[in-house]
Amino acid sequence: MEEILRVNGLSKKYEDLTVLDQLSMSVRSGEVVVIVGPSGCGKSTLLRTLNALESIDGGEVVLEGEVINPGNKNLSRVREKVGMVFQSYELFPHKTVFQNLTLAPLKVMKADKKETEKEALALLERVGLSSKKNSYPRQLSGGQKQRVAIIRALMMHPELLLLDEITAALDPEMVKEVLDVVLSLAKEGRTMIIVTHELQFAKAVADRMIFIDGGRIIEEGPPKEFFEHPRTDRLKKFLHSFSYEE
Amino acid sequence: MDAEVLRSYLPGYAEAFFLTIRIGWIGIALSFGIGILTAFVSYYKVPVLKRIAGVYVELFRNTPLLVQLFFIYFGLPKIGFSLSAEACGIIGLGLLGGSYMSESFRSGLDAISKVQTESALALGMTNFQVFWLIVFPEALSLSVPAIVANVIFLLKETSVFSAISLMDLMFTAKDLIGLYYNTTEALFLLVLFYILMLLPVSLIGSIAEKRARYKMLGV
Ligand SMILES: Nc1ncnc2c1ncn2[C@@H]1O[C@H](COP(=O)(O)OP(=O)(O)O)[C@@H](O)[C@H]1O
Ligand SMILES: [Mg+2]
Repeated sequence: MEEILRVNGLSKKYEDLTVLDQLSMSVRSGEVVVIVGPSGCGKSTLLRTLNALESIDGGEVVLEGEVINPGNKNLSRVREKVGMVFQSYELFPHKTVFQNLTLAPLKVMKADKKETEKEALALLERVGLSSKKNSYPRQLSGGQKQRVAIIRALMMHPELLLLDEITAALDPEMVKEVLDVVLSLAKEGRTMIIVTHELQFAKAVADRMIFIDGGRIIEEGPPKEFFEHPRTDRLKKFLHSFSYEE
Repeated sequence: MDAEVLRSYLPGYAEAFFLTIRIGWIGIALSFGIGILTAFVSYYKVPVLKRIAGVYVELFRNTPLLVQLFFIYFGLPKIGFSLSAEACGIIGLGLLGGSYMSESFRSGLDAISKVQTESALALGMTNFQVFWLIVFPEALSLSVPAIVANVIFLLKETSVFSAISLMDLMFTAKDLIGLYYNTTEALFLLVLFYILMLLPVSLIGSIAEKRARYKMLGV
């Protein structure tokens, strides 16, 4: 499969703190890559550099052959290709669910109104939220908001979807309804980079696992090997911190 | 109270009422423009302009309207700028109001999280689209209560216009009392017309507040 994203020697600093340390990776079209790592290791920063929400101090990000950097003139064009979903949903509070979905396609892509509305309805149907079409975000539960946030990103037909701990703020009983949506996206061949602490889910959805610590990739591989036969001590320790047996 | 006196005063008050409303609302419209512009400049940290906006806001929030009016009406002609009393009233109110509106918009802007902006950018919006479609309407909704309070405050502040011989409500009342000594009638009409001016604003304002609050917060 063709490569869709390449990261070469990416470095990012906040003053003295090196958050990403010459990190390199690549993602092929249709691949689901799950990133895990301790809190503060640079996962969010990495995702944010991939659509230039964050400046970089070294290396490069190449999306479909185009170098992305925050100085680019047509950054918004690049960002259309990369969808991102955040932990805190970030729906637009002054717009209805339906308007949240159609706003960017209509204003950014100048898409056809009829087509866009049809697509929004179909996606709402798909995630079981047709009845919430005219609700405002504040009237939804966390799980419902996050499902809307996911399909809002899909409305832009992104080549790559970035999900940053999208269930971390949810009550436990709502986690599954959101992750089920993500699983169905994986099944239909979407290219995704997912940061999560839900290891069960990671096992189920990932084509490839990446473990990051201290701004570097420490270990990566297919999920089965990654979870059952970790090679590095750091990954062993990390995985162990999730288990309860003695 | 003498109904005959009331009736004879009425035309004068009505004229003053419309003058006050006209100057008041033009001044408030001006303050809106100034407020949005200066809040924008300080929120986006536009170099140089943000300093100027900061000094302006502090200067006008911390001096009385009366003093500002004296400067504009009596001070400016000394350096060659003569303006009509009405223009001075509008400019004075606009500048005072602008400093208050600026602070109100600013607090609305500050309440919008960085990641909300980023989520709009991530959908491919340009910086201008993010501001115009997301940040500005959200900040405006959040600022409604403060803006309503400012409008009422500014309409009340128009009562110092008489100091630069604008024939507003206050001027009319003082004038009539000085001429005819019918204090009760003159004051009665003064209060009545101020209530007539402010009550609708209060009512509409509280409806607007409720609607904005409901939309954003659901309570
Ligand atoms: N804007 C910022 N300024 C300074 N330090 C930051 C900033 N954003 C993140 N950091 C720091 O960078 C490191 C990595 O953050 P992040 O990428 O959010 O980690 P993760 O998502 O893996 O938990 C953390 O130590 C964090 O404190
Ligand atoms: Mg994070």
